[in-house]
Amino acid sequence: MRNFSFHKPATVSEALVLLSRRDGAKLLGGGTNLVDLMRENIEQPTAVIDVTGLPLGAVTEGPRGEIVVGATTRNSALAGHRLIRERFPVLSEALLAGASGQIRNMATVGGNIMQRTRCSYFYDEAARCNKRSPGAGCDALGGFNRMHAILGASPSCIATHPSDMCVALAALDAVVHVTGPDGARVIPLIDFHRLPGEHPEQETRLRPDELITAVELPPLGAARRSSYRKVRDRASYAFALVSVAAALEVEDGLVRTLRLALGGVAPKPWRVAAAEATAVGAAATPETFQRVADATLAGAVGHAHNGFKIELARRLIVHSLAELARTEDAR
Amino acid sequence: MKANDTHHDRPTDPGDHPVTLRVNGATHRLTLEPRVSLLDALRERLHLTGSKKGCNQGACGACTVLVNGQRVLSCLTLAVQCDGEAITTIEGLAAEGRLSPLQQAFIDHDGFQCGYCTPGQICSAMGMLAEHGEGMPSAVTRDVAATSIDLSEAEIKERMSGNLCRCGAYEGIHAAIHQIGRAARGTAP
Repeated sequence: MRNFSFHKPATVSEALVLLSRRDGAKLLGGGTNLVDLMRENIEQPTAVIDVTGLPLGAVTEGPRGEIVVGATTRNSALAGHRLIRERFPVLSEALLAGASGQIRNMATVGGNIMQRTRCSYFYDEAARCNKRSPGAGCDALGGFNRMHAILGASPSCIATHPSDMCVALAALDAVVHVTGPDGARVIPLIDFHRLPGEHPEQETRLRPDELITAVELPPLGAARRSSYRKVRDRASYAFALVSVAAALEVEDGLVRTLRLALGGVAPKPWRVAAAEATAVGAAATPETFQRVADATLAGAVGHAHNGFKIELARRLIVHSLAELARTEDAR
Repeated sequence: MKANDTHHDRPTDPGDHPVTLRVNGATHRLTLEPRVSLLDALRERLHLTGSKKGCNQGACGACTVLVNGQRVLSCLTLAVQCDGEAITTIEGLAAEGRLSPLQQAFIDHDGFQCGYCTPGQICSAMGMLAEHGEGMPSAVTRDVAATSIDLSEAEIKERMSGNLCRCGAYEGIHAAIHQIGRAARGTAP
């Protein structure tokens, strides 16, 4: 690992000054991704700014019933938080489906959003990767691409975003609060990550001199009946092949509210609002859910080793929604 | 910068940092490069070699230690991040040479073969049992809002999935943890 200067600011304004002073500065949360990438020389920051000393670790409820999660809240603390477990079980389940107990104790909410892809060609210095070296090419396209994207990818990059948490946040209409030299602003989570296009090295809408301060969850009654279902190559401690974050509200047998986002299939959490809209007012039946699945997966393209993800995602969507509809019936 | 800034708040050029590590109750004042992991500081500087370097990339759990009572991976933690924090390693669990109940349970249930993953397994299990005691759900908990969660076989397996054992001593590992988990809840093993 290349050496670097280490800074641990106590205030956001100090952190922003440090960030603006150095081109090669990186923000460090739990280190579960950045330290690993630094050890592999994929990331080579000249300065590391530890944000865990910032006063951004609280989970609070606002006046409108919104919940504001500080950016340095640990994944385990958020997963175990009473308000999240009761009002947004999909988020608690998504966090618990990610990584291991040790890593969840380390990882921060801001770091989880900013984590890099786990594409093995991105990690392999000997492989071609447009994300790591713009213009170099992509060895995943013709390589082993079982874990790769079926939606939102481009000829430049077929990597997926690995987060489970972000998939739930996308379904919950979460908003990311960021701040920088020009002040604070908000970015909807669903718009936070970019699709690769011709520039897979540009991964988010966060500017280099900004940092994430919080994630806000607007109140959503339908989220009390929500779930995160994840299919992976082993039962625990593995990244998703396909995951589904869903919230469903049924009234008199008809879908009243539906939120649906997919993980493991795209460079960002995948959500199609028009697909959700097709279900609203329709009977909460497998046929309706099948239509939602087809509309969500419209345009999906498989590569040599991941074509199965299209059918897997379709089935997991229908399964998740049918399961939630049954829970509704049982109430 | 404020007058009461401590040393680590000041921007510095690449170079050594003074770091105070409180390990198993003893205070150690070290001077470290920022890139030194907590694991390397423990093993190479403090000669506490119980914590193991298996994969050095956060995949195996052999380096698990407790920081302020929480289980973490010392290979992905920078030592400078732990300045002033209370760290417990496997060496800190046997007070005055007497094995902790969990260590004894690992022996009683054959919770290891080669023993390489054992310090990480035991530190992880200590942290996991505390998490369970505080009501933390897991990925196999049917209702994450439940106020009481039975520490079943499935729960133990899921909660310990961050610790790999290449000998495959999982049966004994789970039995040892199950015994201590039940004892902690006042149930006869």
